[in-house]
Amino acid sequence: MPLILGMSMLLACQMLGELLARGLAVPIPGPVLGMVILLVALLVRGKVPDSLRTSGEGLLRYLTLLFVPAGVGVMVHGALIGRDILPILLTLVVSTALTLGVTAWVLSRLQGRLGKGGRG
Amino acid sequence: MNVARLDQLWVYLSGNPLLSLLLTLGAFALAVRINKALGGTPLLHPVMLSIVLLIGSLLLLDMDYATYFEGAQFIHFLLGPATVALAIPLYDHRERVRRLLVPLVLACVTGIVTAVASTLGLALVLGARHETLMSLAPRSVTSPIAMGIAEQIGGIPSLAAGLVLLTGAIGCALGPVIFRLLRIQDPAIQGFAMGLSAHGFGTAQAFARLGAVAGAFSGLAMGITGLLTAFLLPPLVHLLGLG
Repeated sequence: MPLILGMSMLLACQMLGELLARGLAVPIPGPVLGMVILLVALLVRGKVPDSLRTSGEGLLRYLTLLFVPAGVGVMVHGALIGRDILPILLTLVVSTALTLGVTAWVLSRLQGRLGKGGRG
Repeated sequence: MNVARLDQLWVYLSGNPLLSLLLTLGAFALAVRINKALGGTPLLHPVMLSIVLLIGSLLLLDMDYATYFEGAQFIHFLLGPATVALAIPLYDHRERVRRLLVPLVLACVTGIVTAVASTLGLALVLGARHETLMSLAPRSVTSPIAMGIAEQIGGIPSLAAGLVLLTGAIGCALGPVIFRLLRIQDPAIQGFAMGLSAHGFGTAQAFARLGAVAGAFSGLAMGITGLLTAFLLPPLVHLLGLG
């Protein structure tokens, strides 16, 4: 039963999220709104039910597997990717490196400064 | 005795979700084994390896992607509840998140601007086509969000999903190198940067390699980045006159 209960909670939040996204016509995916809804519910309730933890953490452990079916879809775009392969690869590598570096650097600088400000 | 002919069995199997599901799980299990045997190198990410194995098998079996996806969609569907489940680690680390909220949001905005500006700038300079450009633009957000954004700004949703995955794998490979270069050791900061730049892949790697704190911050980064990008990118593209 815990698996079923936990899964139902996750699906219910996702459904609420989807309905909200459609109802308000916002371009945010339902599951992301569902995540916000679940977070608010957990904050209100003050603890994570065991059943939810069982199914939720089980899903997160295998998160990478869930990307595989969509990823296989690149086979449909072989031709387009082939024509633009050089700009695509260069852009992805350089831009991802920059993003990683800038984000980590900014966060570590801000965290250090705020930490010192709090103590001083 | 009436024994069915092999080709009749094949007709049954190829139109049944069982085969796609089994192929997907088998390819993933094999890819994880291969990756482990090679010392867990992030250069051959199990997901990229599974995708290559699966594309190879589909070509061999002469099965098209639409037929494959009819079965594999049951796995794909679980991405939704898994995204919702990211609220759990976030809740577990709520105190730390609350304390760091301002730096986190600021780092997030800086990261998104860096990602989008460098992607569009580089792809334009290197001469990518318009559809490619618009499919590349949302590449630093998790695939379900990226597909929605790509559609809005004139890209190809499924191509965007593929590029997102490629970005994730590249981020996983580059992350450890960049953190060593910048001497960043805090797992929370590493996780946040991974989630922002390599979304789902980065989050999965953060959980597996760096621990629950890094995983929570990675999930947080992925969530905020998705929300902010969905609001910021379409107007930005129109502003730049690219839409």
